[in-house]
Amino acid sequence: MNMKTILASAALAMTAATGALAEKTKVGFVYVGPVGDGGWTYEHDQGRKAVVEAFGDKVETMYVENVPEGPDAERVMTDMALKGADLIFTTSFGYMDPTINVAAKFPNVKFEHATGYKQADNVSVYSARFYEGRAVQGHIAGQMTKSNIIGYIGSFPIPEVIRGINSAYIHAKAVNPDVQFKIVWAYTWFDPTKEADAAKVLIEQGADVVLQHTDSTAPQAAAQAAGNVITFGQASDMAAYGPMPRVSSIIDDWAPYYIARTKAVMDGTWTSTSTWDGIGAGMVGIGEISSAVPADIKASAEALRDSLADGSYHAFTGPLNKQDGSVWLAVGETASDYGDGGLAGMNFYLEGIEGDVPN
Amino acid sequence: MDLSSISPTLLVASLMVAATPILLASIGELVVEKSGVLNLGVEGMMIIGAIAGFAAAVGTGSPIIGFLCAALGGAALSLVFALLTQFFLSNQVATGLALTLFGLGLSALMGQSYIGIKPPASAKLGLPIISDIPILGPVLFSHDITVYVALALVAGVWWFLKYTRGGLILRAVGESHDAAHALGYKVVKVRIMAIMFGGACAGLGGAALSLVRVPQWTEGMTAGAGWIALAIVVFASWKPARVLLGAYLFGGVAVLQLNLQAAGVSIPVEYLSMSPYLITIIVLVVMSAHRNKAALNAPAALGRAFHASR
Repeated sequence: MNMKTILASAALAMTAATGALAEKTKVGFVYVGPVGDGGWTYEHDQGRKAVVEAFGDKVETMYVENVPEGPDAERVMTDMALKGADLIFTTSFGYMDPTINVAAKFPNVKFEHATGYKQADNVSVYSARFYEGRAVQGHIAGQMTKSNIIGYIGSFPIPEVIRGINSAYIHAKAVNPDVQFKIVWAYTWFDPTKEADAAKVLIEQGADVVLQHTDSTAPQAAAQAAGNVITFGQASDMAAYGPMPRVSSIIDDWAPYYIARTKAVMDGTWTSTSTWDGIGAGMVGIGEISSAVPADIKASAEALRDSLADGSYHAFTGPLNKQDGSVWLAVGETASDYGDGGLAGMNFYLEGIEGDVPN
Repeated sequence: MDLSSISPTLLVASLMVAATPILLASIGELVVEKSGVLNLGVEGMMIIGAIAGFAAAVGTGSPIIGFLCAALGGAALSLVFALLTQFFLSNQVATGLALTLFGLGLSALMGQSYIGIKPPASAKLGLPIISDIPILGPVLFSHDITVYVALALVAGVWWFLKYTRGGLILRAVGESHDAAHALGYKVVKVRIMAIMFGGACAGLGGAALSLVRVPQWTEGMTAGAGWIALAIVVFASWKPARVLLGAYLFGGVAVLQLNLQAAGVSIPVEYLSMSPYLITIIVLVVMSAHRNKAALNAPAALGRAFHASR
């Protein structure tokens, strides 16, 4: 009997035992940062709290913070499964392979992996269309910038982040043809020191708008110290930094999804699905646009938000060319989610963005 | 690629800020090593300083009190090291490593409720006219006070070691503790004071990180800065002025790689990130090639335990 079967049978025994003893559904959450990051992980934890609130005594949640993306994540997930978790949410892109590996050992435990693309019989994937929010950000940023330089702090060069850069860029370009993007890769989701340094460098190089795809509020603090620089809350509202530098935000709202999936496990109706919702479904929210933004810009940004929400406008609508000038989308064509040139695997910049996507 | 967007003035100004935490930590460690003690716990003392300073500044609303508590916190942790190595004669390398691990763990525990909180802003040197001088203004006269404290400490340590009797005694203890003991100097007392000075400096360096450079608290936020500080002391061959050079070099590379990225230069950033360490290795190799240079200028009694009975 190899280790895998031992683990699997142990898990079976434990889930059976807990199922018989208690009616409680156990839900585990694996977080990439601390719950106090004020951004990404904070919102996932708000989702967890909403699950507790919705089901009260019928549910028991557990979470582990600051789990590195790698082998350590497998250990944490295995531990949760052995503790009898029925459903485990793994909330960062880098948990993709660990989730698939652990899920194979625990066929009776349901897994939900955020922002990835690998599914299995007991692994669902879910993500939000953050790029819709990025469109609104780009629309505001392009009109607010005076230096025409917009700084962008990237985390890792993965499709989710590249989509955000492209979406923000084309919508900034649409309202301000002179706009230029400066992109710095921090190679971390959460490291206030690196994020602060990156924001400072961008500001020193003339950026008066700093967009971030990292999770801490450090870039907001750097912009506040610099003075005339605006930022957007990332993943969470980051309202503490409003009305300046934070003029708006992208808010991830995971609560309805987490509640629905927990309910599905309780009812026994859970199946492996792929969910990708945007502003319309409420998974992506646009935070209050602050008083620092002139009324007309605010109004047009809200109109853009509403057109994205009701589906009358797609954030990636042709004509759009790739960075090398080749045609990506013809006039009026909208981007597909999957397949060649689809949004899910986007690994190229659009025309006008300088620099290369790092490998 | 557009290198013209990198302003040399701002680059120098920001590298001074970026280098301040490691400069503070390494000038402290230089004094410790000059007294013949190798304390590898710099990282641990820095991070304790970072959280102690942060907590105190948030609690009292005063960054100055924060910095004081950071120095006290670092010094308090270094006392543990002093007790173990000077009285119980434990191995300095092992004790120092343990101190780092202990500091990282303890700080994470202390910092549980401080994640995501904004600290009070610390004062900048806002001299009305001088700060506005075109190039010198941003480079020299518009920093946070910690930058000047660090520079003053470097100058002070240089002067102390070179021109004062106290400095001579400290060096004597570091070169030959037996001879210093025979002359009637209190070797253990001198070393404990040096260790505490090093701890206080490392604590200040940590607070410069959590209160000025970032400013925020996160677990493990020093991210190896303490080890870089140790490398700088060796790189500087135990000379205060070269510690300044080393710290600015390390800080400069960190800032430069982000600047180059933002300017669109396509050199893999990994090369720049590893370059300071490469330089350290090269310097060590070059220096150790000259055997007559008194073994790298290192204090002769570095890392050796002292007991008065010998």
